[in-house]
Amino acid sequence: MSLTSPEAPAATPPAGLRPTPKRRPDKTHLFFLLPTLIAFTLCIALPAVMGIFFSFTNSVGYGEWDFVGLANYELMFTDPAIMASFWFTIWFSAVTVIATNLIAFLLAVGLTAQIRARVPMRAIFVIPMVVSPIIIAFVFQFLFAKTLPTAAQAVGFGPLEDSILANPNLAWLSIVIVTAWQAVPGAMLIYIAGLLAIPGDLYEASALDGAGPWKQMKMITIPLMASYIVINVILTFKGFLNAYDIIIGLTDGGPGTSTRSVAMTIFSGFETGDYAYQMATATIFFLITLAIAVVQLRLMRRKDQ
Amino acid sequence: MSTSSIDSIGTTRKVPTNRSKARLGKDKFNLPLTIVLAVCTLAVLVPLFVTVSMAFKTGAQAVEGKAFSLPSPLSIEGFIEAWRMTNFPVTFMTSVFVSAIAVAGAVLISSMAAYAIHANWERKFFKFAFFYVLAAMFLPFPVLALSQIKLSGFVGLDTPLGVGILHIMFMLGFNVLLLTTFLRGMPHELEEAARIDGATTWQTFWKVIFPVLSPMAATVGIFAFLFSWNDFMMPSMIISDPAMQTLPVVNQLFQSQFSSNYHISFASYLMAMAPAIIVFIFTQRWVLSGVTQGAVKS
Repeated sequence: MSLTSPEAPAATPPAGLRPTPKRRPDKTHLFFLLPTLIAFTLCIALPAVMGIFFSFTNSVGYGEWDFVGLANYELMFTDPAIMASFWFTIWFSAVTVIATNLIAFLLAVGLTAQIRARVPMRAIFVIPMVVSPIIIAFVFQFLFAKTLPTAAQAVGFGPLEDSILANPNLAWLSIVIVTAWQAVPGAMLIYIAGLLAIPGDLYEASALDGAGPWKQMKMITIPLMASYIVINVILTFKGFLNAYDIIIGLTDGGPGTSTRSVAMTIFSGFETGDYAYQMATATIFFLITLAIAVVQLRLMRRKDQ
Repeated sequence: MSTSSIDSIGTTRKVPTNRSKARLGKDKFNLPLTIVLAVCTLAVLVPLFVTVSMAFKTGAQAVEGKAFSLPSPLSIEGFIEAWRMTNFPVTFMTSVFVSAIAVAGAVLISSMAAYAIHANWERKFFKFAFFYVLAAMFLPFPVLALSQIKLSGFVGLDTPLGVGILHIMFMLGFNVLLLTTFLRGMPHELEEAARIDGATTWQTFWKVIFPVLSPMAATVGIFAFLFSWNDFMMPSMIISDPAMQTLPVVNQLFQSQFSSNYHISFASYLMAMAPAIIVFIFTQRWVLSGVTQGAVKS
């Protein structure tokens, strides 16, 4: 998406109306941009630089500190708690990406077909996108902790009679379900846009050649949707890596620390006085996110050619 | 990508499903598929139904914890208690305040910045500013959070105002991208005409650019509202005074204490999520088109 560079600058206005490049930029334009740029630097760039800087110190968040080189990083890579939160985050994100995109794609295909009540149905499917993740996680927490076990007891289904939230081996599943529930609408809308952009004649021509719906899906829809699939996979993956709200609302990282995400680990750094140490975690986390972004740029560029 | 594309998704039947139409003829609907999809909507509607029905139960009925039973008798005691426990008027106004800052700031600041960048694209400084702001989209919030807590506390912005400002800044990259892309599709004759008539840059912006930009600015504003209203992470970290917290954060209190007073907690959840859903109902065409424009165009 977004990350392909905007090659085309504004169309060049006819000579004479446009300030020559050497002249100073319009003061109003500078006024439009500069205050924002300064605020942005203070709010975003400065904290980022500060964080990376302090990851090489032994700061606890205030007071004196010394440089300690790479000590935080060495410690971090041998810290089972942090490594576990990294693996949990990556693994849970990967599972949720697949679930989200599969469901979103199928819904998009269904919602662009010749069905009744298409408009109200689209609107209903979008609702999860607009509710607060933490609030919806609280609602689902009730459903998982109370409703599901009650229902399982009623029909005598053993595995679910205890809350899955209390089960270290199953708690992740609740997070996948709620995260996907929230993320499907965004991905679905992008798939719908992609499906609507496919020219109808392609399907007509293939139908004349005797292609059934299955073959059309394989030979036309999926190849033409490839770039949308790439967009969605990367967007959702990046989003899930930051998972925080939904996990707090559902399991709060538990039982034990079995569902602790990287974000939660980093945030714990302030309470425990681990500022510098968690900044090392944050820096590595940033590098992982960046690597994914670079892969995204690569894939997108290949698609453009 | 002007107003016409606003209609390109999620609106009416006139929107193309040309392929199916060609195959099936005009009035033939796929009934089995309609039924399957209608059943799928239950995945969305059931949690919402549970929220509403739990919220209207009496304490005695809610304690049973039966999700699907209808409230009988209908009771608003949960709302009264939730109103009191969350200090709803204050919390609500705090949320409104944060979102208002985020929406006004996102629309104004992003539009101005986007226009300045668009108009000076051939200048290195403005081009640099564009990519600089865009680069922040790769920065995950957890990476910045701890330093932001320190800095915001240091300058006294560990308040709802500070959160509103941070919301604006976090969305800046994406919004500037949306708006510059939109401006690129605008005929430059509009701007020139204003110049020839002797308008200053300031006047040109308000009289010509901003009105042209308004469909996209509406999208930006709606998403700013949804993001800001629903955010839990930033207010919970940045705002230091618990009495000045936003709705999503305050609702956390039902998780620890009072855990069996479900009617109170669900009434509170409902009051927290209702504004976003109401805004969505009134603005859905922008929401529906906004996602696609943001992600697909450019």
